[in-house]
Amino acid sequence: MSIIEVDALSKKFGNLLAVDRVSFGVKGGEIFGFLGPNGAGKTTTINMLCTLLTPTSGKATVNGYDVVKQRAEVRKSIGLVFQESTLDEYLSAEQNLRFHAYAYKIPKKESEESIKELLELVELSDRRKSKVSTFSGGMKRRLELARGLLHSPKVLFLDEPTQGLDPQNRRHIWDHIHNMRRKHNLTIFLTTHYMDEAENCDRITIIDHGRIIAMDTPDKLKDSIGGDQVRLKAEDNKAAVLELKERYGISSMIDKDEVTFNIAQGDKFLPKLVGHFDSSLISISVHRPTLDDVFLKLTGRAIREEEVSFKDQLKQMSMRRRH
Amino acid sequence: MTDVFRGIRVVAYRELLRFVQERSRLISSFIMPLIFLVIFGAGFGQTIGSLVPGVNYLQFMYPGIIAMTVVMGAIMSGISIVWDREFGFLKELLVSPIGRSGILLGKSVGAATTAILQTCIMLILAPILGIPLSFILIIELLIAIFIISVSISGLGLLVASRMKSQQGFQLVTQIIIMPLIFLAGVFFPVNNVPAWMEFISKINPLTYGVDAIRQIFLGSEAASALSVSIFGHTMSIFEDILVVVVFGGILMVAAIWSFSKQE
Repeated sequence: MSIIEVDALSKKFGNLLAVDRVSFGVKGGEIFGFLGPNGAGKTTTINMLCTLLTPTSGKATVNGYDVVKQRAEVRKSIGLVFQESTLDEYLSAEQNLRFHAYAYKIPKKESEESIKELLELVELSDRRKSKVSTFSGGMKRRLELARGLLHSPKVLFLDEPTQGLDPQNRRHIWDHIHNMRRKHNLTIFLTTHYMDEAENCDRITIIDHGRIIAMDTPDKLKDSIGGDQVRLKAEDNKAAVLELKERYGISSMIDKDEVTFNIAQGDKFLPKLVGHFDSSLISISVHRPTLDDVFLKLTGRAIREEEVSFKDQLKQMSMRRRH
Repeated sequence: MTDVFRGIRVVAYRELLRFVQERSRLISSFIMPLIFLVIFGAGFGQTIGSLVPGVNYLQFMYPGIIAMTVVMGAIMSGISIVWDREFGFLKELLVSPIGRSGILLGKSVGAATTAILQTCIMLILAPILGIPLSFILIIELLIAIFIISVSISGLGLLVASRMKSQQGFQLVTQIIIMPLIFLAGVFFPVNNVPAWMEFISKINPLTYGVDAIRQIFLGSEAASALSVSIFGHTMSIFEDILVVVVFGGILMVAAIWSFSKQE
């Protein structure tokens, strides 16, 4: 039984079909990732699943509750961390969590205990009385993670959980996510356009222009595009190409001053090759395909980081104007 | 339904917390009316003298200023929604089980509670101005203020229900709401003004809120010469409040509808 079931879900904004008949299921306890460029329909999908948007057509259930007809039940079953901060900056960390506890009707005794525990878990205990406006981006995100878990949700939705954070902070956040998942037996649904972040998922769905174009484990997705790429440099590249063809039946090509070819499980093939190769080798490397390569192969373009940085720039500019 | 009531409590509690924690808001909510009282009171007081026997200009204006503070606070409950939307916190509210009507009614009750606090602070000035206070008067006043504030907040919340920026809200406040407040009889009685102004004042629901609060302070005899009369009929406190509640109720329903339908 899947904890999230989505059947032909669509969302139209005017003429724009933001999400186009997507269907998928997420198993309990899974980390399920939506990967795609900005504007692919990731956030729209998440917003429909967490009852912020009404689908144009199709059906979705979360924890067995219909996202249109049983909104209140869905809301009690889920925790959320959005792209942008949704904390009250004028309240302290603790006050933010208390507010959440009241809003979700958690008994006082229980909530005080969980608040203490969760603040400990995200390493914010010593700052619990500080106003959120004094927090760094990473601290805010950690506080939001704690808040998202306060009412013991079945599913935690993370919309670009580490957007705008530096690599160190991103790793930190992910340590927390894995910790929490182990502790609370959570299902996690996340969207991201960071490839390395998607590696944390048990299964990934690649979405582009509102449509699902692939869905599998990260490893299988990478294997699906023809294995690893090997690049080698020999004294005589032409002889190396010939030898590869004759001895291993591998067709390779010369790219600049290197010989390149694709092979499944390149890391296992390499020792065999190096031990018995007649042509003398200068260098050799195996390149495991990334999810970026998968996306490139499937759509013909890369998930471009420029789009992101442009948006971030705009955000920063508007923030600066405000101060 | 319990979700909605809990929502009202939670959201109102946060409004109150914010009001008390932000010293600047607390202080400015007291300073502004004080400035109005001192400057207008001193400026017009001598010229105008007594409006009716026993009621000088300051005594006339003081209840009006309290009413103005209440009305402004109620309308500003709207800006609190826009503020939350701009800073993201609104999403936390929207995905919680408290529901959309719980959010809006919570903002409204929060504004009303804040208004009561503000009024209590401003009551300190009454003895200085020579306005007698009694226990009954204060109770009547606070009940009326709560009802008026909750009702009028419907206007602010309707404006705010879809508004994306605070600047937008400020603009609407300046071109629609400020004139309505000035034409509500805060600074002058609306019975003795040019016909066009009298017309606007009398279809302006805020006028009745101001009138109710003034009648509570001045008593119905002194007030009868000054309060709003429609076709020769002088409005009683109860009728005043009824007008405000009906008006506010309609706007509140519209606000909740508009807020719930948004995406």
